[in-house]
Amino acid sequence: MTGGSFGDFVARAAAAGELVVQPRMGVPGPAGMRAGLAAVRGAGVRAAGTITVDSFTRVGDHLAVHQALATGAELNGYPIAAHSPETTRSVLNGLHGADFPVQVRHGSACPQKIVAALLAAGLDATEGGPLSYCLPYSRVPVAESVRAWAESCLLLSDARERGARPHLESFGGCMMGQLCPPSLLVAISVLEGLFFRQHGVDSMSLSYAQQTDPDQDAEAVAALRTLAAEHLSDVDWHVVLYTYMGVFPRTPRGATALLQRSAELAVRTGAERLIVKTTAEAHRIPTVAENVAALVTAGAAAAHAEPGGVVEDTGVLAEARALVDAVLDLAPDVGIALVRAVERGYLDVPYCLHQDNAGRTRAFVDGDGRLQWSRTGALPLPAGSAVPAADPTADELLRSLTHVERTFDRG
Amino acid sequence: MELDAARPAAARLDIVVSGLASDAHTWNLVYLQLVLEEMGHRVTNLGACVPDGLLTSRCGQAEAPDLVVLSSVNGHGFQDARRVIGPLRARLAGTPVVVGGKLGVGGTGGHAEALLAAGFDAVFENADAIATFRGYVERLAAGVRS
Repeated sequence: MTGGSFGDFVARAAAAGELVVQPRMGVPGPAGMRAGLAAVRGAGVRAAGTITVDSFTRVGDHLAVHQALATGAELNGYPIAAHSPETTRSVLNGLHGADFPVQVRHGSACPQKIVAALLAAGLDATEGGPLSYCLPYSRVPVAESVRAWAESCLLLSDARERGARPHLESFGGCMMGQLCPPSLLVAISVLEGLFFRQHGVDSMSLSYAQQTDPDQDAEAVAALRTLAAEHLSDVDWHVVLYTYMGVFPRTPRGATALLQRSAELAVRTGAERLIVKTTAEAHRIPTVAENVAALVTAGAAAAHAEPGGVVEDTGVLAEARALVDAVLDLAPDVGIALVRAVERGYLDVPYCLHQDNAGRTRAFVDGDGRLQWSRTGALPLPAGSAVPAADPTADELLRSLTHVERTFDRG
Repeated sequence: MELDAARPAAARLDIVVSGLASDAHTWNLVYLQLVLEEMGHRVTNLGACVPDGLLTSRCGQAEAPDLVVLSSVNGHGFQDARRVIGPLRARLAGTPVVVGGKLGVGGTGGHAEALLAAGFDAVFENADAIATFRGYVERLAAGVRS
């Protein structure tokens, strides 16, 4: 089942002036997963399909998966490593193809089994990264995640021998989902792209998650494009934007408006693909119908949005460039550079509890609704990058975490 | 560790805050740590994706904690929590162990009875969970003092 290249599909859509929209969607059973993919394919928008893997598989607890399948307990995604390749092929058959590529989303710091399973089922697009799926989501040491992701990249790039062009998306634009300032998100996306390239992947996407302020976000995506053009000119790449990944508005009106703003941001900044969120986000895992509705809403908002416009330079590019350059200076091997960068606190994600994360940085939402550093620890940033402030109390942290939710539910 | 002068040492609880095995979310854990520290308690935050074995061994070390707080929001919490409470109880017969968050795939609520029966001391999964939780910890601290 060669389905055409994920990167080519996105490039064709971009050439036609269309934003590719994509859900997060994982249904435990093959029939339900197939129905979900069919509904996305039939949504009437330029969509890519998604198989989201359950979180037992994500952490490598395959015993728990088999127990859940045996007892009928709920799973929060499709257990791709537990279902046989034939089963997953039957899920995809007649749906997956050049006009409807399917990406596997998982969240694993050690994804070799997941990558092997998706390749065995005839798929070749997935996402993550050695830092972005390690620091926020796992207890795996960074050095081990780097090794696991190097192996996974090699597994993927080997698929070129069967005529595929595997595609890997960095999740670096989404560290902790919220309260990570844009420059660090941009830097980690670019660095993971460089890591993928070093390990043989030549088609990739770089991510950025919508944060708290549309102008700051537009500046960040522009910075991401600038640095990608400088560092990754010899591979196929595009930008994928994620609709807000933090605490989501609870009202249907607020959730819909936030999704629409993200689609407009994607068009404004030239992002070629958008991963959407639904009106159910604040309450539970969305249904297939809610996902389809979100794709349609995002597609319509994108069709009415205008590209371009003025982007003010408040220093995001300079900060991101300083981070990327300082990390790359640590070692010629990108993986070793990433490990050293975390050790030295050159990459230090605010509020991240991972044992390897230095934990000396803090960020907050300022009075104008922009994301700011309050402490930069050992980050090699230009002077004046932080707005010094006391560490937040629980209530202040909650205010920052719910800033977007409150703004959109009120609006 | 900063000491809170307002709270007598006898009432300062040693609390373990932890995510569950399959849950990668951490904002709930960061927030709970701040809430408990501001109430004057000492918090050991085990972070996200804590395997059952690590949780039971960290909670069962020489000085058992005064309270274990488990939090989950990914939809597997009910399964993860119901599985780990047995081994936890085997190590910590008398220590209060509580759980809260979004515990099922289909939205909040409905899991308290089964989890209490399985051995938890309290379950917080409603809209006012944090206020109820603060009250619970206050009463626990008052009990320790007496």
